[in-house]
Amino acid sequence: MQVSLKVFRYNPEKDKKPRYETYKMEADPTDRVLDLLEKVKGYEDGTLSFRRSCAHGVCGSDAMRINGSNKLACKALVQDFGSKITVEPILGLPVIKDLIVDMEPFFDNFRKVLPYFINDDPVPEKERYQSREDRERFDDTTKCILCAACTTSCPSFWASDEYLGPSAIVNAHRFIFDSRDQGAAERLKIMNEIMGVSRCHTIFNCTLACPREIQITKAIGEVKKALMTGSLE
Amino acid sequence: MKTHQFEVLVVGAGGAGLMAGLYASRTAKTAIISKLYPTRSHTGAAQGGVGAALGSSEEDHPEWHTYDTVKGSDYLGDQDAIEFMCEEAVDAVYELEHMGLPFDRTAEGKISQRPFGGHTNNITGKPVMRACHAADRTGHMILQTLYQQCIKNNVNFYDEFQVVDLLMTAGKASGVVAIEIATGEMHVFHAKAIIFATGGHGRVWEITSNAYAYTGDGVAITLRRGIPAEDMEFFQFHPTGIFKLGILITEGVRGEGGVLINGKGERFMERYAPTVKDLASRDVISRAIYLEVRDGNGINGKNYMYLDIRPETVNHYAAIDGRKRPDGRPYVVTGEEILGKLPDIVDFCRVYLGVDPITQPMPIQPTAHYAMGGIPTNQYGEVRKDENKNIIPGLYAAGECACVSVHGANRLGTNSLLDLIVFGKHAGLRAAEYSRTADYQPLPEDPTAFAAEQLTRVMEGDGSENAFDIGNEMKKIMFDDMGVFRDEKGMQNALNKIRELKERFKHVRVQDTGKIFNMDLFNAWELGNLLDLAEVTTVSALARTESRGGHSREDYPKRDDENWLKHTFAFMDESGKIELKYQPVTITRFTPKPRVY
Repeated sequence: MQVSLKVFRYNPEKDKKPRYETYKMEADPTDRVLDLLEKVKGYEDGTLSFRRSCAHGVCGSDAMRINGSNKLACKALVQDFGSKITVEPILGLPVIKDLIVDMEPFFDNFRKVLPYFINDDPVPEKERYQSREDRERFDDTTKCILCAACTTSCPSFWASDEYLGPSAIVNAHRFIFDSRDQGAAERLKIMNEIMGVSRCHTIFNCTLACPREIQITKAIGEVKKALMTGSLE
Repeated sequence: MKTHQFEVLVVGAGGAGLMAGLYASRTAKTAIISKLYPTRSHTGAAQGGVGAALGSSEEDHPEWHTYDTVKGSDYLGDQDAIEFMCEEAVDAVYELEHMGLPFDRTAEGKISQRPFGGHTNNITGKPVMRACHAADRTGHMILQTLYQQCIKNNVNFYDEFQVVDLLMTAGKASGVVAIEIATGEMHVFHAKAIIFATGGHGRVWEITSNAYAYTGDGVAITLRRGIPAEDMEFFQFHPTGIFKLGILITEGVRGEGGVLINGKGERFMERYAPTVKDLASRDVISRAIYLEVRDGNGINGKNYMYLDIRPETVNHYAAIDGRKRPDGRPYVVTGEEILGKLPDIVDFCRVYLGVDPITQPMPIQPTAHYAMGGIPTNQYGEVRKDENKNIIPGLYAAGECACVSVHGANRLGTNSLLDLIVFGKHAGLRAAEYSRTADYQPLPEDPTAFAAEQLTRVMEGDGSENAFDIGNEMKKIMFDDMGVFRDEKGMQNALNKIRELKERFKHVRVQDTGKIFNMDLFNAWELGNLLDLAEVTTVSALARTESRGGHSREDYPKRDDENWLKHTFAFMDESGKIELKYQPVTITRFTPKPRVY
């Protein structure tokens, strides 16, 4: 099929302001949008810049806005978008060049939530035991690949990148609800700060944007509930 | 140009690099440099599990794991290193759990394990549950957990810095040259000890499970600095990549009872590996698929097979095999259980194929997956400078870019994640220990000269060739003639083509002349790496006149222990000429014998 691919372009070394370029090409319905971008880069304009690595939705490099929604370009198939496809950088983070944004504010927020296992007890000789139910409790939030599709779909984050954002909260959730972890109280304190979970207005953009299908709004709700009840049940 | 100084420098932030950085940083001033954000590393794509003889649900021993790995390697693995890895495996996996890794659990709450190809009970010869897993995203969980621990321990990171050269002074490692991708600025990192953990190079081949980033940078950089590449002819083709796309479908699918079916509806692996069938080693299964296709037994006569995990299929064959659960009940699964254990696989198939594996079989074909070869090291990660086991002071390598050699001619599933954590840890420890007493070597004069020369070449070519075309032609010829089966004629054909492409590559000129995120420039430089590795792979393969593990020759179909029980060491001189030398395999307990599954 014939596809018209409209791409957000911005080269800070040349352009005063962003512009759009449109590329027409033959594509298979099952091509990934990433494949189209590669084709443009290989044959039409080598200066087109974007991040990508695994190309099958597990590394989180290529989150971008495709026809207005946050997607991984490697998990977005042409057949799901039709013959007119517009590709733009994710919102709420400064654009550096073309589809590449500055990820540092995003990772700064991630680092704020103590996103690591805390347990100061002496380690046992073998594994710490954990029941299947306890393991299942936080399974969903272990899937996060830090692609930022959720956080950059969130109007509260657009308003202020000081807001931790859905992804950081998801990663806090992953530890708060891990029965082996001892850092929940400290993390909940961070969640309760002015730029914490109270900024979530349950708009559900994050849940729709997540390429890993994490129930993000639900996870944020569980953190809110833990704060209100003081219990992790 | 900016200069930095660290006692230990790690290049690459996948499983091996993070593990090395975590351990080195406990006692030495350490930094990790990576061309990607750490969590983008390809470790995160590993699915099925990490091998360790924990014996969570049934009897198992590190000795069995050792033997299986030696056998899996087709006796090319160094047995001292394999024994070391399999002994260390148990504590290494417990350590990951202590770092918070969310392994799946048994009913009693222990780390859950599943069967995997080539891993057996050494008494019965039947598959054993040795792959410790977190659903089908074990690599993702290892990568995340290690990155989290690095944050916890304030490890220094230089994210999105492309390392382009290794600096050596008086025969010792002294630093690396890197370019900050966001600014295009050159940085020199001066160090006492340097650990390469740069991953593999599957992007040499057309159909691959590997990330775009897998361009063999570390091996290419060290080759250009006179360091050999070991056993490059051995590259693993994983039998079950998604048809045409190459995306990995974990062996865990077969561990959970999935079977391979040909166009006649036969479970053809019964004929090739009567004892373990679909859980034979990867090289064995990839060859079987090719032979079936050649006999006209592909699905609809085409070059693919079905991998079938539908509950009715699994339960049918489990009953025939007499497979039991650990508690003795017959092995029976439901669609829901499969979804719970293999959620990502189900998702991949739905997204990319429009196939639901719970109700439809998955079309698969072999996909270029894993480099057994790489930068030669001993079991402490110390890089060998020659075939006589002499080392380069201050230089280390770990993970897929290294060749210890524990995988020999064919890696067993789950041993790559194991390799990362065991050898990443030991390289980190050894590098930190070395840096305690070693001095900084003076940096060479004009340290960025060689790096700048390489980059200038692709900036200033005459522009008559297109890098994208060259890359595609390389991938195609390598997949066609340097794939699962090889012969003299095909390999020579591939070598001629690669040499032609290397000539044409000299005419490439990147279009982007900017400094900021010049991906055009980096991708062209990476293509140069791939071309070098494709050539070394082919030259090494042509010389080896036998079939062993992943190197299978139609003109020399038998393994030849008399002449070829040795590792290839390929050296590239300044003019690009490749010379091959050899190092004997270390054999301790297991005398080579025919490999039957």
